[in-house]
Amino acid sequence: MTAFARIRFAALLLMLFGLATAPVLAQKLGPDGAPNPTASVTNQKTLLEQAPRTQGRIDIPDVKASVLMQPAGRTWDYFHEVLLHWGGAVVIVGMLAVLALAYLIMGRLRIEAGRSGQTIVRFKAFERFAHWLTAVSFVLLGLTGLNITFGKVLLRPLVGPDLFSDISQIAKYVHNFTSFAFVAGLVLITVLFFRDNLFKQVDIDWVKQGGGFIKSKHAPAGRFNLGEKMVYWLSVAAGLLVSASGFVLLFPFYGTNIADMQIAQVAHAVIAILFIALILGHIYIGTLGMEGAFEAMGTGEVDINWAREHHDRWLAEKLEAEGRQASATPAE
Amino acid sequence: MARMKFLCDADRCIDCNACVTACKNENEVPWGINRRRVVTINDGKPGERSVSMACMHCTDAPCASVCPVKCIYPTEDGIVLHDKDLCIGCGYCFYACPFGAPQYPQVGNFGSRGKMDKCTYCAGGGGPEAPGSAEEYAKYGSNRFGEGKLPMCAEMCSTKSLLAGDGDIIAQIYEERVEKRGYGSGAWGWTTAYHEDVKS
Repeated sequence: MTAFARIRFAALLLMLFGLATAPVLAQKLGPDGAPNPTASVTNQKTLLEQAPRTQGRIDIPDVKASVLMQPAGRTWDYFHEVLLHWGGAVVIVGMLAVLALAYLIMGRLRIEAGRSGQTIVRFKAFERFAHWLTAVSFVLLGLTGLNITFGKVLLRPLVGPDLFSDISQIAKYVHNFTSFAFVAGLVLITVLFFRDNLFKQVDIDWVKQGGGFIKSKHAPAGRFNLGEKMVYWLSVAAGLLVSASGFVLLFPFYGTNIADMQIAQVAHAVIAILFIALILGHIYIGTLGMEGAFEAMGTGEVDINWAREHHDRWLAEKLEAEGRQASATPAE
Repeated sequence: MARMKFLCDADRCIDCNACVTACKNENEVPWGINRRRVVTINDGKPGERSVSMACMHCTDAPCASVCPVKCIYPTEDGIVLHDKDLCIGCGYCFYACPFGAPQYPQVGNFGSRGKMDKCTYCAGGGGPEAPGSAEEYAKYGSNRFGEGKLPMCAEMCSTKSLLAGDGDIIAQIYEERVEKRGYGSGAWGWTTAYHEDVKS
């Protein structure tokens, strides 16, 4: 027998086997020759093994009710009550610990040359508006979001079930409606700061010079250094994902099924926790961590000496554009 | 103490929806809310089975576990009740529920959910209202359980497919049935709901 004939023979055998077994599976006969009702009974365990969500036909217009069973709900419960609680706590408390450690070791990063008394515009009023719109809505969303996950552990024992329910009810609405302001702010930030956050050659030099962490070395940077660019890109990415998953949750079962809703919630929660950790770092360095940093977003003007130490290239371009000379000696 | 459960003998269910109607009527369930529904699996194909499903009153109920305001809890009879005064309508219990039981009245535009409503095993509400009071009835529906009666859906089942009562007793009834007629597709959802199954 040639190899080809052998393969043909094997295929024929398989086909015959298939033909012989298929009707047996579909219509088993009982010992008395009558069709055995068990044969047409789909055992519920078999059905559940086929799909984690068993779906069928219903007589009511509610499409999501056609899912008879979804044991995956218990898996989602495990994620929400165990993984998210512990993971979220570790990430957020861990970030706070890292920042506290940074403050204890490095302290507040001072303007080394002292203040010059001369200032330069770093962020225009509209840029600051975009930042604070996003920032205020982020804090509101963050606190109300954390309340949904951690409120019952942290806040409920303090204020009691009734007041906690009232707070959570308000928090739910605040969370739902602030989301629109956050998305508006996010879009503005993405557009306004896009060009200055593109990666450039100077970012490599910035890393080589220790990113400003080594006192003896000067890390060169344009309007934004690599650290700020990372915050920008990570925030844009996280903001996009958290908004997308958030809108899926805000419009439940609008073209989604129960599995999609669970995935959206998991994505929303995980990204939000990481986003909060990132922004905690951003808040630290913009306020407590560095002298002269907050006024950039506060009044919009920074001290020339601060700009020289942290954004020398940007300062040079800016001064050149304005046709202005920075005073060589700082004002006493 | 009894452990109250539901068991739907799918080999008896004829998709008549009497349980759904009985539930809606007994509890004055508002329009758009279905505490109980009948799902037909493999509709029109060999192996078609209809199953009546509502809250199964789970052991370690996942809805109670995920509730951000802890408004869902099991009673000493294993019935899972909730307090509508505390519910914030977040919808998490629906994501966690293996049986799609929680329902929400629409209270605004888009997906805004009102206070959750679900099968109470005809045992009234889990709020501060007095058992059997008019306030309790308006919020949660009937409290037959307080009068020593079983849920209306199971009582009205035309083929006695839907069984309600103490878990051990209804499991025994089902096992005897399976033994006598020689087949059964199993107790739908029991392993997921109660971490245990009927013997046959």
